[in-house]
Order: sequence, then C-alpha cells, then structure tokens
Amino acid sequence: MNIFRYSSPQTFYPLAGRMAPWFGVAAALCALAGLYLAFFAAPTDAVQGEVYRIIFIHVPAAWMSMFIYVVMAFWSAIGLGLGTRLSFYMTQALAPTGALFCFIALWTGALWGRPTWGAYWVWDARLTSQLLLQFLYFGFIGLTRSIEDPRRADRAGAIIALVGVVNVPIIYFSVKWWNTLHQGASVSMTKAPSMATTMLLGMLILAFAAWFYSLAVTLSRVRSIILERERHTDWAQSEIAEKGAAL
Amino acid sequence: MKSFFAVLHRDLLLAWRSRADLLIALAFFVIVASLFPFGVGAEPNQLRAIGPGVVWVAALLASLLALPRMFSQDHDSGVLEQLLLSPEPAVLWVAAKIAAHWLATGLPLVLISPLLGLMYGLDGASLAVLAASLALGTPILSLVGAIGAALTLGLRGAGSLLALLVLPLFVPVLVFGAGAVDAASAGMGVSAQFSLLGAGVLGAVALVPWACVAALRLACE
Repeated sequence: MNIFRYSSPQTFYPLAGRMAPWFGVAAALCALAGLYLAFFAAPTDAVQGEVYRIIFIHVPAAWMSMFIYVVMAFWSAIGLGLGTRLSFYMTQALAPTGALFCFIALWTGALWGRPTWGAYWVWDARLTSQLLLQFLYFGFIGLTRSIEDPRRADRAGAIIALVGVVNVPIIYFSVKWWNTLHQGASVSMTKAPSMATTMLLGMLILAFAAWFYSLAVTLSRVRSIILERERHTDWAQSEIAEKGAAL
Repeated sequence: MKSFFAVLHRDLLLAWRSRADLLIALAFFVIVASLFPFGVGAEPNQLRAIGPGVVWVAALLASLLALPRMFSQDHDSGVLEQLLLSPEPAVLWVAAKIAAHWLATGLPLVLISPLLGLMYGLDGASLAVLAASLALGTPILSLVGAIGAALTLGLRGAGSLLALLVLPLFVPVLVFGAGAVDAASAGMGVSAQFSLLGAGVLGAVALVPWACVAALRLACE
C-alpha cells in the first residue's frame, strides 16, 4: 500500500473519521485508569502531602503542549517542502489543542505553586518559557485566522511555526540563563525523580490519555477543516449534503 | 552585490526624505524610557538597577513600532512585486532592505541610548556596554522582525498581530542585551553575552532573508 495515498484530503477524511472514535475511547479508558491511580492508588507524598497530585494533570499537559508544537513544525516543514494541503490542515488542527494544553499546564502550575512555593507565579525558567510558548501558539492561531486567503494563511502559519520551533530552545536556554543569573536556584523543579512506581505509572497512563485525546480531537478537527476547505469539490459537497440531511 | 547597494541606497534615501517618521520612533523610545521613573519612583539606586532593562524594553518597543514600515510602502506602491519579478536574487535585496531599515531606525536608538542610560544614573563603563549591546542586539530585532513584518503585510490589525508574533522571539535578545549591562554594572565580564548576541546576529543574517523572501512571495501573490 502506498502511504502517500492518505496525503490526499479526500482519502484521509474517511480514514480520520474511522480512527478518531477509537482514539477517543482509548483516551477515556486511559484517563479513567490514570485518574484512579492518581487519586486513589498513589500514596501521599512525604514532602508535599496531597497537593502533589496536581502533577498527574500538570506534567502530561506540559509534555503535550511542547510535543504538539514540534509536531506542528514537522507538518509545516512537510507542507512547505512537498506542497501538500493536508499537512497545513493538520498544523492548524493541532494548534488549538496545543494552546489548550499549554494553558492547562500554566494554570495547574499556578495552583500547584501557591501551596508549595507560596506564590502563584515565580519567574522560573520553565514557567517563563511555557508562558512564551503560549504566546507562540496564540501568535500562530492569530496569524492563520486573520489571513483571508487560505493558501497564504497555510503557508504563513507554516513559516511562523518553523521560526518558532527554531526559537523555542533559544528562548528556553536564554530564560534559564537569565533566571540563574538573577535569583539563583531558589526554586528548582529539577529535583531527582524519586517517585513511587504507582505515581510514575499514573502519570505515564495520563500522558497516554493526553496523547490519545489530542489524536482524537485533532482528527475530528481536521475533518471539519477538510470539509470547509474542500467544499468546492464534488465529494465534499455530497458529504456536506449527507451530513445536513442527517441532522 | 550591485542590487544590494542599489536597494540600500534607495531605501536610505527614502528614509531620509521621510525623516519625520524616524524621529517620531526615536521620540517614542525616549518617552517610553522616561516614563518609568514616574511609575516606580525616583530613588537613584532603584533607577540604576532597572535602567538597563528599561532602556532595552523601550528599544524593543520602538523597533516594533518601526517594523511595519519596512515593507508596507513598497507593498502599497507595487515596488515589492516588481522586485520579486526582477531576475535579481531576492535574498540580496531583502537583506539590503533589512540593513537599510536597521540603519534608519536601529542605529539612532543605539546612538541616543547612552543619554537615557545617563538619566538612569549608569556609570561610564555601563553606558558604553549599553550602547554596544544595543548595537549588537538591534540588528537581530530588525532581522527577526522582518519575518513578522513580511508575514503580516497588508493584513487587518497587522500592528498588534506583529507584536504578538515577534515579541516572544525578542525575549532572548532582551535577556542577553540587558544582562550584559547588568553584568558590567556588577563589575563582571560581558564577553559571554556579547558572544551570544554576536552569534544571534550571524545566525539571523544567515537564515532570516530566506524566510523573509518566502513570506514576501506569499504576501504578493
């Protein structure tokens, strides 16, 4: 089978439709199992008490937000290099989920920081670069939404995603360096991972839940984007008519 | 290289003919930098501590303010399309336009910055480091900003979108630029920050014109 078969929106649309529910089910199962481990099975932390349980939401969200940006840059590079429309659709379908996870990571981080560090926000390197990542997501979404010509929106978004991904490590290291210069490591999040196995397991399962959720949501979102952008084609029109009749 | 110098000369001439615009950006820089004491109080030690950061942030905002004019006039008048159609290598004249933009808007910021540093009570060595760090840092702002300016060319609300796109990317420049002045004030060496800023300039010079050409082609289709 030729894998490039699915680079066409028309063939990918039904494939995405078949895959999305499965990923959704997998996400729900992982989330249930992970949340059970996180809130009932995992022991109370010796130092932080119960509040540490935010980690089960916080860390998967933070991982996912960074990973999705890299995936967006990957599809942008493919799209610019090969000129495949579907790659750009994928990039745009991923962005809101990435921004959402970034926001969740920041928000839960603030809620975690208050009881443990005594402040909702500290200018720690990780927090600050996460905040800047959020701005990069907003910039990408803002740019692609405010360009009316879809072809230009696709490519402009791809360029800014690639520029962003080159800058993410630079931003991270500059902020880290700035932070150590100013206030030293008064707040260190890089302590050794001396976690109990159940904690680690719960976190990993919830990370998988975040993965499957992102896949499911992105695939359903890309289906909408495909229909919207391919609405001039016959197959998309008949698909839209069918969906309209079903309502 | 002939096209590089031709575009450079033309853009500098145009900038000189409309120098009121450039002076407004410069005045903005001075005003923003002189607002801070009203907000935080005129205690000399505090001002000395925040001075480098304030001057740098003001420079960031002033160069952001000047960015849209890099391509917009040529876009409106159709010059940009003609340049893109011409057989000259696009990377060269784009680099020339960015260079001209920096000479017209970045260099004045560098030259006037010691005066602002003086208002914040920085000592002589720190003033020199401030000007030098801006001289190394503002080209990066012009280069990275050029991508944003090209991507937002002709859009509704281009100005605020441009800020959202490029300000996060400016953070490393701010960190190293203001960090150099802080280090100089504290009597430490500044070679690390200057090396990193220099590396930033070289990396941006190597990569930005290509991205910028791609963005300009999109805007002119």
